[in-house]
Amino acid sequence: MKGLRNYLDKIKPSFKKGGKLEKFHSLFDAMETLFFVPNKVTTSGSHIRDAIDMKRTMIIVVLALVPALLFGMWNVGYHHFLMLGQYADKTFLEVFGFGFLKVLPIVIASYVTGLTIEIIFAQVKKHDVPEGFFVSGMLIPLILPVTTPIWMVVLATAFAVIIGVEAFGGAGMNIFNPALLARAFLFFAYPAQMSGDKVWISGLASGEGVIDGFSGATPLAHVAQNELSKLASFSDMFYGFIPGSIGETSTLAILIGAIFLIWTGVGSWKIMLSGVLGTLSLGLLFQWIGVIHPDIQNAYFHIPAYYHLVMGGFAFGIVFMATDPVSAAQTEKGKWIYGFLIGIFAVLIRALNPAYPEGVMLAILLLNAWASLIDHYVIEANIKKRLKRAKI
Amino acid sequence: MSSKNLKLFTVPFNLQNPVTVQVLGICSALAVTVKLMPAIVMGLSVTVVTAFSSLIISSMRDYIPPRIRIIVQLVIVAALVILVDQILRAFVYDVSKALSVYVGLIITNCIIMGRLEAYAMGNKPWPSFVDGLGNGAGYAMILIIIGFTRELLGSGSLLGHPMIPKAFYSAGYVNNGMMIMPPMALIVVGLIIWVQRSKNPELIESN
Repeated sequence: MKGLRNYLDKIKPSFKKGGKLEKFHSLFDAMETLFFVPNKVTTSGSHIRDAIDMKRTMIIVVLALVPALLFGMWNVGYHHFLMLGQYADKTFLEVFGFGFLKVLPIVIASYVTGLTIEIIFAQVKKHDVPEGFFVSGMLIPLILPVTTPIWMVVLATAFAVIIGVEAFGGAGMNIFNPALLARAFLFFAYPAQMSGDKVWISGLASGEGVIDGFSGATPLAHVAQNELSKLASFSDMFYGFIPGSIGETSTLAILIGAIFLIWTGVGSWKIMLSGVLGTLSLGLLFQWIGVIHPDIQNAYFHIPAYYHLVMGGFAFGIVFMATDPVSAAQTEKGKWIYGFLIGIFAVLIRALNPAYPEGVMLAILLLNAWASLIDHYVIEANIKKRLKRAKI
Repeated sequence: MSSKNLKLFTVPFNLQNPVTVQVLGICSALAVTVKLMPAIVMGLSVTVVTAFSSLIISSMRDYIPPRIRIIVQLVIVAALVILVDQILRAFVYDVSKALSVYVGLIITNCIIMGRLEAYAMGNKPWPSFVDGLGNGAGYAMILIIIGFTRELLGSGSLLGHPMIPKAFYSAGYVNNGMMIMPPMALIVVGLIIWVQRSKNPELIESN
């Protein structure tokens, strides 16, 4: 580390104003603060600075994503070889390695695109490279199917960073979660590549050597098509041995990340808990309706409410997307309402809108848009309450 | 054309563009720009109606009682729009069908009423005509840019002719379905405004 520090100090003057590499100042600054806590001091106002700055906060989220990422890589290989009927002869390393090589290009594409755009904007607008993309760059690959072509990943990342973040004034000013925006863009722009039965497993679309009886549909697709008999067991869905986007399948891996986020205080447990409560309450209502009216055709009325927690992207969305501190509600009471409504809308879209098999993405984006409205009314209500008290 | 009139004609293309600066006529800019052809026809129709209604209203301006001027303006605009609609139906029926109600809705296009009230009611016929022509053309320009982008990226064609080489598709390229949806038109307008304002700092409002 000392050698690195000395090296950075040695090359630093050429990036200063007037130096010959002045153009790359943002890039240098980003790299320097990535390795070392910046030694900037506050010149006015409060003089207290936490040792945990934005970059270190973001790293914690990336660390929390690692279990989901590693499991996702293994799962990609598992489903690929399962489809070919060769899983039994493969070692763990072969399975993991296959997934690793499939997932890595997507991660690289997302980071390179996003950081390039961020650095260009930082350079033009003369500010430091913001930290926001650290997390978004890892979230984007994890919520995409592994079969997404690289150029689509690049395009979606560029769209999310330019339209979703920079147009609003840069990281920290964005209304919507950039990673979800990238997914929403792909979802609406290239529906054939993002939904349907055959896009979730690497190699399935070409149809070579697929064993009989292998459908490759996600649990959500099975329920949407009323094929409850084909639905994976609860434990399979909980551990994540199901097809799906790279990082979303394993509720267990996400749970480990969630515990880490809550333990470090980076993610809001209120949003996560209220999201789960919202999902369960509407899920139970639907389940109850299904018990009274057993002849309803929609399979969502006949599955246990807690299935919603382990199917599709709910766990990933509520833990890593909904808790994004920029786009979520800021007030403590607002967080409860925000999370609860995400759960409600996610189940509502899943069960009652046949056009969209997965509702979590749209639910979170909708609530992102409402977050400041919720905050506004929470604050207004508080002011009203206190004014009433003052009159007595 | 004198330099003053020339300025009347050119200002709507940039500093006083009806769509990107005054944000008028957005509804039709979103609705008819999925393909390039309807966008061009719509732009032309609005240009014709704006120019001639400005001309007619301006030559009548001394005889219009102020209290009923909006009704008089509407009658003139409506007559011109019906004329345009009939011509479109007679000569380019397919485009007329694609534009559907939006030709009729030119009557309510804010750009036309805006120019009549703001300019034609107080100026001589010839400058009013030039002003209407310029504003219509400024609107048409934005429509054509949006129509071009949306048809090229959304359908892979221009004026109905395939533009993207077959080799692209076999290499994995896919048309962008979002370009066909109205929200993308709004985003394209937003991008045009972004570029225009960074080129013309005087357009940026101070906070």
